[in-house]
Amino acid sequence: MSQDQTTELLERLRVAAAAHTPIQIQGSGSKAFLGRAPAGEPFSVGGHCGILNYQPKELVVTARSGTTLEEIEGTLAKEGQMLAFEPPYFGPGATLGASIACGLSGPARPYAGSARDFVLGVRVLTGKAETLRFGGEVMKNVAGYDVPRLMTGAFGTLGVLLEVSLKVMPVPAAEETLVQERSTAEAIVLMNQWAGRPLPLTATCHDGDRLYLRLSGAETSVRQAASVIGGEPLSDHGTFWRSKLREQGHGFFHRDKALWRISLPAATPRLDLPGNWLMEWGGAQRWLRTDLDASAIRKAAGAAGGHATLFRGGDRSGQVFHSLSPALLQLHRNLKQAFDPLGLFNPGRIYPEL
Amino acid sequence: MSQLQPHGPGFHDPGLVARRAELVQELRRFLPPDGILEQEEEVGPYECDGLSAYRQLPLLVLLPRTVEEVQRILRLCHERDIPVVARGAGTGLSGGALPLPDGVVLSLARFNRILDIDPANRTARVQPGVRNLAISEAAAAHGLYYAPDPSSQIACTIGGNVAENSGGVHCLKYGLTVHNVLAIKLLLVHGELVEIGGEAPDSPGYDLLALLIGSEGMLGVVVEVTVRLLPIPERAQVVLAGFDDVEKAGAAVGEVIAAGIIPAGLEMMDGPAIKAAEDFVHAGYPTDAAAILLCEVDGTNQEVSEHIARVRDLLIAAGATEVRTAKDQAERLRFWQGRKAAFPAVGRISPDYYCMDGTIPRRHLPEVLRRTAELSREYGLPVANVFHAGDGNLHPLILYDANRPGELERTEELGGKILELCVEVGGTITGEHGVGIEKIRQMCVQFSPAELQQLNLVKQAFDPKGLLNPGKGVPTPRRCSEYRQLPDRERGTG
Repeated sequence: MSQDQTTELLERLRVAAAAHTPIQIQGSGSKAFLGRAPAGEPFSVGGHCGILNYQPKELVVTARSGTTLEEIEGTLAKEGQMLAFEPPYFGPGATLGASIACGLSGPARPYAGSARDFVLGVRVLTGKAETLRFGGEVMKNVAGYDVPRLMTGAFGTLGVLLEVSLKVMPVPAAEETLVQERSTAEAIVLMNQWAGRPLPLTATCHDGDRLYLRLSGAETSVRQAASVIGGEPLSDHGTFWRSKLREQGHGFFHRDKALWRISLPAATPRLDLPGNWLMEWGGAQRWLRTDLDASAIRKAAGAAGGHATLFRGGDRSGQVFHSLSPALLQLHRNLKQAFDPLGLFNPGRIYPEL
Repeated sequence: MSQLQPHGPGFHDPGLVARRAELVQELRRFLPPDGILEQEEEVGPYECDGLSAYRQLPLLVLLPRTVEEVQRILRLCHERDIPVVARGAGTGLSGGALPLPDGVVLSLARFNRILDIDPANRTARVQPGVRNLAISEAAAAHGLYYAPDPSSQIACTIGGNVAENSGGVHCLKYGLTVHNVLAIKLLLVHGELVEIGGEAPDSPGYDLLALLIGSEGMLGVVVEVTVRLLPIPERAQVVLAGFDDVEKAGAAVGEVIAAGIIPAGLEMMDGPAIKAAEDFVHAGYPTDAAAILLCEVDGTNQEVSEHIARVRDLLIAAGATEVRTAKDQAERLRFWQGRKAAFPAVGRISPDYYCMDGTIPRRHLPEVLRRTAELSREYGLPVANVFHAGDGNLHPLILYDANRPGELERTEELGGKILELCVEVGGTITGEHGVGIEKIRQMCVQFSPAELQQLNLVKQAFDPKGLLNPGKGVPTPRRCSEYRQLPDRERGTG
């Protein structure tokens, strides 16, 4: 499907700007649960879709923001390529724009890179109802400030993404997942030791009892690395990483307590907070299901050099993301003012002040 | 000398002499005598960076040792509206560290300590004046290294790399500075310290780290950098392929990548560059080739063997006239030496050379090389091409003689045309050297007035008075409208 709605979006934004009406930018709604509760008039970009340029030999794809991840990944797969940051969908209609706006990355993130690492360029609609283009379709580009990566993970508060260009990567020739019985403490040490050696490690997870390690690359090197690391091969490993972990289909994620995402320097020893834990990213991303008070969680994460996000459930009218220092918050406000002087886009979605 | 020799007052202008004396008096309250350079012969070495066609003596050069000293310098300059140009090793190639006659150069050369290497988390925390290569040398004991490797890595500093978002030969596979820096400590224009990014992934709020990296010293002063370290690959191996046609060499690059192999390095040189390099270092290049490719793969031992065999087959199928795999480490290093020495090699065959830095979508390589050759004939100035072929970053080297009247100006004009050609085919005016002072006019070609205005608003969000490295990176809208009105012949670089 392909449809250019730039003119209509621009016109709708002009109307909203004239009336000072805040808007909530929407794709398919698959990520509406993230961040602070959305506010403003719905502003759908889901119809603005279509792949505009795909150059497998140059490792680049450009698509309109309403294009579904499914369509993009399907198109790449035909050429043996993929989005190496493994973006979570969290719903069947997940769009490119929302994935980049939320800056989410999947299991490969510490080994292959994050969403922003693969963003090469954007075309955006700013709060002054201008369509601007930054970055481009080439790997190396240092002309002007890196606005494309600033937009990544900004939850739409700086502009409406119209087009995104991404670097793509080849699908590895071979892949294997190994499972070992390990304690949390052992798992943290091992994941980081192996990541410090030249092994083709591309994903790691510890569910409390078992350590899962994914190896990807040339056939011979995967086989060789598997013999170094050891463990039981996992048969339906694609399902495990994609459906259970990336899409949070794992039983761990289906309990009624609030789900916290705790981000830490990878080798940080286990935090002494009560609740259920699941670790990813070599220990750098740890999920916690708990009824514990938010301030206790943030304090423990902060003391360990990390930060905590209320990912699912809990009170979304309060603080969801870790707070910023006064100086950093001021810079955020200044940037918000620079891109969205009327405060139209996704007000309060990340912080009440933005 | 360039027509863009800054037209400010000279070092001995009475107004500047008085201003200098007054500022020195204030600075002496907190800086030791060796931290202030004020004599003309002392500040002389700071008059330019690696782009020596542009020179300007600064008001003063300051060499602080502590973060607190830098904070006090910034506070003082902010109060008095004095521009500040931060500087690392001065190896930059776009005039990003060019001083201003009424501004101070803030050298971070004395911030040269590696503060911590954390092998468990695979990170290094360093001061901004630490040399790029020194990080890898210090990390080697743990089997780790810092991936971005600009050609100047022996001399250039990590602080400068952050300012320019430096790349290197290995960035197709391992990324640029922005992909390998985890956190920075930054002083804002009024001296306040902020910590941006962190060792924990996905810092809350906007990705200020990405915004700061490559911001050419215009948003803040970096006083500490935490980088990501990678395990040293088990093995690296390189293949050298000769082609009788540049177009075939370009197509061969696409074939390797389409086959699912991401080489650690994929470099191309054209005939003039091959001959210059071969005469200089005797790397064993085929001097009758129209182009050569150097394709390096790294990884585990088995992976490298598997990929080298496939790369050889692909290159032969793509029409290579000869394909040679380095038979040992010595030959591998020799193959690379020729590429790494390409700039000085060209420097040997011409009194001066001017290095351009455009990036293009690789499919347009034949067209860009053909039109560059046409421009080269039109201007009567030879051009040798060195190309980071994997990622489309082209370095045309224009050969000229600065002693011939008007030749530098014509060189800059030709350079500007080449960059505009890169934009025309969907590329960019700078892949890794930065805009600096050099390409500020071409920014008006790459960006619309509204886009430039937005970039200026980003600048104002950090530096409302415009004191950090003013005049670089992003042109003012007025400057662009003047440029657009120039007759075509005068729209040269800079």
